[in-house]
Amino acid sequence: MSHKIIVPIGPYHPLQEEPEFFQLYVEGEKVVDIDIIIGYNHRGIEKISESKHFDQVAFAVERICGICSSSHPYAYVLAVEDILGGEAAVVPRRAVYIRTIVDELQRIHSHLLWLGLAGHFIGYNTVWMWAWKYREPVLDLFEMVTGNRNNYAMMKIGGVRRDIKDEDIPVIQKSLDELVPALKMFKGAVMDDPVIRCRLEGVGVLTREQAIDYSVVGPTARASGLDMDVRRDDPYGAYADLDWNIFIEKTGDIFAKTKIRILEMEESIRIIRQCLTKLPEGPIDADIKDIPPGEGIGRVEAPRGECFHYIKSDGTNRPVRHKIRAPSFMNVASNKVAVVGGTISDATITLAAVDPCYCCTERVAVVRKDDNSKIMNGWDLIKLSQEKTARLRERRA
Amino acid sequence: MDIKEKIKEKFGNAITDWRQPSSRRVYLGVSRDDIFRVSEFLFKTIGLRLATVSACQVSSGFEILYHFSDDKSGTVYSLRVELRDRDRPCVDSITPICSAAEWVEREIWEMLGITFKNHPNLKRLLLAEDWPDGKYPLRKQES
Repeated sequence: MSHKIIVPIGPYHPLQEEPEFFQLYVEGEKVVDIDIIIGYNHRGIEKISESKHFDQVAFAVERICGICSSSHPYAYVLAVEDILGGEAAVVPRRAVYIRTIVDELQRIHSHLLWLGLAGHFIGYNTVWMWAWKYREPVLDLFEMVTGNRNNYAMMKIGGVRRDIKDEDIPVIQKSLDELVPALKMFKGAVMDDPVIRCRLEGVGVLTREQAIDYSVVGPTARASGLDMDVRRDDPYGAYADLDWNIFIEKTGDIFAKTKIRILEMEESIRIIRQCLTKLPEGPIDADIKDIPPGEGIGRVEAPRGECFHYIKSDGTNRPVRHKIRAPSFMNVASNKVAVVGGTISDATITLAAVDPCYCCTERVAVVRKDDNSKIMNGWDLIKLSQEKTARLRERRA
Repeated sequence: MDIKEKIKEKFGNAITDWRQPSSRRVYLGVSRDDIFRVSEFLFKTIGLRLATVSACQVSSGFEILYHFSDDKSGTVYSLRVELRDRDRPCVDSITPICSAAEWVEREIWEMLGITFKNHPNLKRLLLAEDWPDGKYPLRKQES
């Protein structure tokens, strides 16, 4: 007799962004349905934005996400600049290059963060420690370039707030040089490891059709065979001037998503190097005072995918409407199809595969319908996942 | 034939207001009764991606913008639907066409009080469970 059990996961302490609540409906080990409940960290930033003047909004939206904290202000300033005639027409070239450097540094640190967490979830704690160890120099670079390890406050309508000093450029280059062997090591360690392949290949598959139906974005879409990247499709920043690659995989599983993120970090380093070499001379700010009436759309390829901002201005100093759509808003919804059909022990890594910053696992409760109701903490679920890896490892030994 | 011509050929006069402020931004006016079939054509037939939907209160009522992205040319096609009803605005849901619309329609419903007809699961997405019914935080008079 089939025996349906409900496994609620969350809600999480909003220590990191995007606390979510997943209620898994399981039969034995198999997940048969999932409810996703969000909104625990809703702060009404769209509403707040309507009460700030255009310059202040960039600071407010920087606080949406602590990890891709330059993507939201960047998409926002692009939306405002869209009203003014577009980034290319308004912003000095040097500022455009600096924006690109910050955007790509952020991609490296975000992907390393995810790689570490993914490693931890499947029981590869060495990957976790090492990935976060190599993330530190990237944060140091942020501190040097922007003054902050996080929430950089670099984006400004018409430019950036801080210049990159000439004497800092060799230091940045040296730090990037040191990162290259580390990324190569990760590439080898993750892609050639038979147990990781066993654990991630064919798991949490999002088919191409499902990816289109849910309109997912970023690495989640590229892993399911959708050839899209805002940096190339709707070019902003300096991307059109630079030589870099986009990676597409067809399988739609977690291994494909992992592979794409690892390869993208190497491309980010290439992009930053080219920006530093070609960094134009000149001002970093167009000193824009007034925003005319109109509407504009700004799109940025954040580490998790397209970040979308829509701004409507009536000619006053505040936006009439500011619509913000973060990439995870599209990607998390696709868990509805990616998790169903898998096992509970794969649920952790599958829910984490779209990179929703799922790490703030504050509590996980397993509620059984019979009298043996049991409350577990988040660690128990990660342990289930890690034990599966250990079993696979033993079987191969 | 490019996408603009395809839309023109298929819908002709149903598209009221063409505006292209820059090469990769296209705004089209669509009536409330046509939004379902125009969205279906853009999403299913042409294969555009639904980037998001945004709604805003205006003096005559509400306007909704359906932002479809053509990732081959990097163009955003924004369909503008005006709802001339200040109290109980209503429009067809496009969730039956693409699952991507489910969450954002729920968000617009709770934030602005616009009802989406035939939405399979029209319930709160972001607001707290104890938020009072009939209070819509993004409506101007609420502030």
